[in-house]
Amino acid sequence: MEAISDFLKERSRGDLVPWEVQKATAARFNATVRQIEEAILSLDLLPARYARNRTTIDIARQKILFNSTVAVVGCGGLGGYIIEELARLGVGTLRVIDSDVFEEHNLNRQPLCTFSSLGTAKVDAARDRVRAINPACEVVTLEARLDANNAPALLGEASAAVDALDNIPSRLNLADACIGRKIPLVHGAVGGWYGTVLTQGRAENTVRRLYGDVTRAKGIEESLGTPSFTPPVIASMEAAEVCKLLTADGSTLESRMIFIDLFEMSIVTFRV
Amino acid sequence: MIRIAIKLFATLRKDRFDVAEGKFPNGVTVSDVLLRYSVPEKEVTLIFINGRHGDFDTVLSDGDTLSLFPPVGGG
Repeated sequence: MEAISDFLKERSRGDLVPWEVQKATAARFNATVRQIEEAILSLDLLPARYARNRTTIDIARQKILFNSTVAVVGCGGLGGYIIEELARLGVGTLRVIDSDVFEEHNLNRQPLCTFSSLGTAKVDAARDRVRAINPACEVVTLEARLDANNAPALLGEASAAVDALDNIPSRLNLADACIGRKIPLVHGAVGGWYGTVLTQGRAENTVRRLYGDVTRAKGIEESLGTPSFTPPVIASMEAAEVCKLLTADGSTLESRMIFIDLFEMSIVTFRV
Repeated sequence: MIRIAIKLFATLRKDRFDVAEGKFPNGVTVSDVLLRYSVPEKEVTLIFINGRHGDFDTVLSDGDTLSLFPPVGGG
């Protein structure tokens, strides 16, 4: 370990360690780039790939992100962007959960859906994308449809969960499981020009209070569909919420809900 | 009589209105207001009164602003 530390310190540029050095260190010491990323952060150095995270996310917080596990439930329109953003941010482990394969009608908005990924499992496309953008981020693929029974096991030891699902009953199952496991949950939903975001804290049951009486599986998206621009807006807000939850920074949407109308370009916030 | 401001959001606006103000008898509930404006309860999921979460049977007070949203569930 001391040899790795010396090797890294000798080759760092200021407190930044270039990717080439991270790779060379891994090869030299027969380790993975993920193990070397941990070593870099433990020396209070920063992998250079995160240079532009600063000072928005300092090294101490970068370390927290690396040591965090986030469960992203749903790898479609919302989940695809959330996975991309959390991997680029430097979250160490992502548990990606989805039972579907990509279909043609996903091409209008889901970033992991390409002509070459049609017919393949969404979780596999998520894993491949993360490998391509941040090999230090570990992806646990869970090809399953979340329900009341399997939800706790699927969430595992997640530090936070993200609701990127596409129907209300599954969202309620996820929210209930998060309460049971005391995992904070970031909820987002889209339909047409509209979207909602809220964060359910460890001691809250916000999602069920808001949606518990809904008897239908789908909302306005059933008739409106969802265009390309709505999911990334809501997904990015969800990723920002996750970042704050993990690093205990800023003000999250606990006890609040945001409704976004991209048609009128209005944002309203309510107490829930 | 009391005055209530009603704000509709997203698809609830179609063929209705964005904002309206109405006079109602004392003791009026959210459900009563929906009935007056022909908004079916099944189209409404989120109810906020003066920016705070409410329910169909919440009794409204003079000067309240009632905001109503349809369910959004897609990903």
